[in-house]
Amino acid sequence: MSEIAPLIVLAGNPNSGKSALFNALTGARQKIANYPGVTVERKSGHFAFADGRPAELVDLPGSYSLDPTSPDEEVTRSVIMGLQKGERRPDAVILVLDAANLDNHLRFALEVIALGQPVVVALNMMDLAERDGLTLDPEKLSEALGVPVVPTVAVRRRGLEDLSAAVESRLQDKQGDSEPVIAKERGHGLSKQAKRIANLTVVSETAGRRWSERADRLFLHPFAGPLILFGVLFVMFQAVFAWSEAPIGWIESASEWVATTVEANLPAGFIRDFIIEGAIGGVGSVIVFLPQILILFLFILLLEASGYMTRAAFIMDRMMASVGLSGRSFIPLLSSFACAIPGIMATRSISDSKDRLTTILVAPLMTCSARLPVYAIIIGAFIPPTRVGPGIGLQGLVLFGLYVFGIVGAMIVALVLRSTVTKGPNSGFLMEMPKYQMPLIKDILIGLWQRAWIFLRRAGTIIFGATVVLWLLLTFPKVPEDSAMSQVDYSAAGRIANVIAPIVKPVGFDRDIALALIPAMAAREVAVAALATTYAIDAPDEEAEAKSLTERLQSRWSLPTALAFLAWFVFAPQCISTIAVTKRETNGWKWPTFMVIYLFGLAYLAAGITYWTAIALGL
Amino acid sequence: MSSSTTLDLLSLKQRAEVVAIDWAAISDNEGRRLRALGIDKGVSVEKLYKGMFGMNDPIALKVGRMMIAVRRSHARAISVCPVAVTIPA
Repeated sequence: MSEIAPLIVLAGNPNSGKSALFNALTGARQKIANYPGVTVERKSGHFAFADGRPAELVDLPGSYSLDPTSPDEEVTRSVIMGLQKGERRPDAVILVLDAANLDNHLRFALEVIALGQPVVVALNMMDLAERDGLTLDPEKLSEALGVPVVPTVAVRRRGLEDLSAAVESRLQDKQGDSEPVIAKERGHGLSKQAKRIANLTVVSETAGRRWSERADRLFLHPFAGPLILFGVLFVMFQAVFAWSEAPIGWIESASEWVATTVEANLPAGFIRDFIIEGAIGGVGSVIVFLPQILILFLFILLLEASGYMTRAAFIMDRMMASVGLSGRSFIPLLSSFACAIPGIMATRSISDSKDRLTTILVAPLMTCSARLPVYAIIIGAFIPPTRVGPGIGLQGLVLFGLYVFGIVGAMIVALVLRSTVTKGPNSGFLMEMPKYQMPLIKDILIGLWQRAWIFLRRAGTIIFGATVVLWLLLTFPKVPEDSAMSQVDYSAAGRIANVIAPIVKPVGFDRDIALALIPAMAAREVAVAALATTYAIDAPDEEAEAKSLTERLQSRWSLPTALAFLAWFVFAPQCISTIAVTKRETNGWKWPTFMVIYLFGLAYLAAGITYWTAIALGL
Repeated sequence: MSSSTTLDLLSLKQRAEVVAIDWAAISDNEGRRLRALGIDKGVSVEKLYKGMFGMNDPIALKVGRMMIAVRRSHARAISVCPVAVTIPA
């Protein structure tokens, strides 16, 4: 045996229980990265053979065919063939098949076996097959395929030792392959061959319990189905806001506590300011997103693992198709109403790369929760609380209008993108809808941990870096003691605001607003605080500051300016975290740059049109 | 055996055999995907569900032991011949 641990890859159809098997074999210690140059996840972990020798295990993306139709399948194919950049040639392939779905899964298996790599078949989900009334003969399957076949139930850790023993003996005698009985056919003939072998393997079939099909009669009912989906989403959003309130509070008071402790123990000066305002403030502004992200992903992972996600996509597909997307884009876009970050991260379930890119690009147009504080203060200051109908207030109506504005904007942008930069054949929405399954707590927890880690580490570094840069811009150069100017005005950011001011003047923004837009890049809600700071030079104490921000705004802004400011925030990419996540998820700076430019362009136009219209109407 | 029709016009709960697929009406990539999901000439399918609120798009099909979703635009390119046995609900 060489000193390098052998590389074993797990391959199989989506919904074959491949990831559950991977989790069962490797445990929670997994490494996730992207393959170079593509946004395909490389998931790897370690496991040990019976004698303790280690092996590296890689979970390949689920594939239907070696004739690739997606970047995922492309990677699967090149890894198995030993052609993938950044991956050594695998020493063995574990092919995972759903025992209850052999006719379909054997097609891919036949293709892989024909390549001649050492293969061990894991005949997975044997328990579900039995529940469906199937009796299978693994021996017969092994004979027909010419490779070892091990029955497994990954979720109950059954058959794992046999599987690892089979892989081990396979590694030791690579030459000893028995001649496969199968012919090396591809394309149209494969289906028939798969069916023939499946029929050989199935010893008997009785009508089993078909609760999954019965459930679909309800969940895919033409009228009850959408209602149930609506109910599920309602609960999900309630939870995102209700459950996150307390943890967000804890995070805020924890970072406050750290800041006070540092303040008490360090001498005043640049280092202390940097740690408190730059580092702690920056880290705090990143992890404050975490509770909402985790709750949203808890729901998304549960929906995915149970199989309901594909039903939601089915229900919403017709509507999404009208703007050139598919039902797969629905949940990511909906999630973006809470926060675009988990929304963009959730686009990984969209198999079509152009659909996915379009979804990422329009996700920031969904009104996220961070925009609410901005909307709330401006609406409160400028829109009178009059009633326009029974139970309908004008303020609420304006807020609702802003949400609609974002959705309509997203639909138009998606349509335009789909016929220009992300032009391509419609993905056609071909999708497997797997049987319903009970999600495994362990798999959900591993998934949650992985999402949290991706967010904290990858996005965190960029968000943190950008926050520090912003802080430096606001802090330097230091205002001279004898100057009448405020620090913010004197700082680099203040000077940048002077440059921006003439640009945003036509859309009704003065220099103070231009200045507030700069720190609001860290997080939108900071715009409110920044305005308060700029307008609070002569406020006697903090309470008076807060109380009078509304009055200050009323005395300094005209109504057209306020409306233009709202329109600006519907579109403007005022969130570095979103840009950072887009960079990660699209694997480069090209698309985030495009996104920033088009969003700022739209924001400028929207603010301008709003401002000019309001002026023309004499508001 | 009744006359052939296309998949989009097939009635619900009706089992049918795929007799022809107009591959020219489907892009190469989609064609590969259709075959990868098990839809091909000679395969037996059953139409299980239609889109929401009475719309005929997308369509959920049973192919072998798997349920898959296809859009009407693809279903139109798939000619099927209904098989006499109707599966009891």
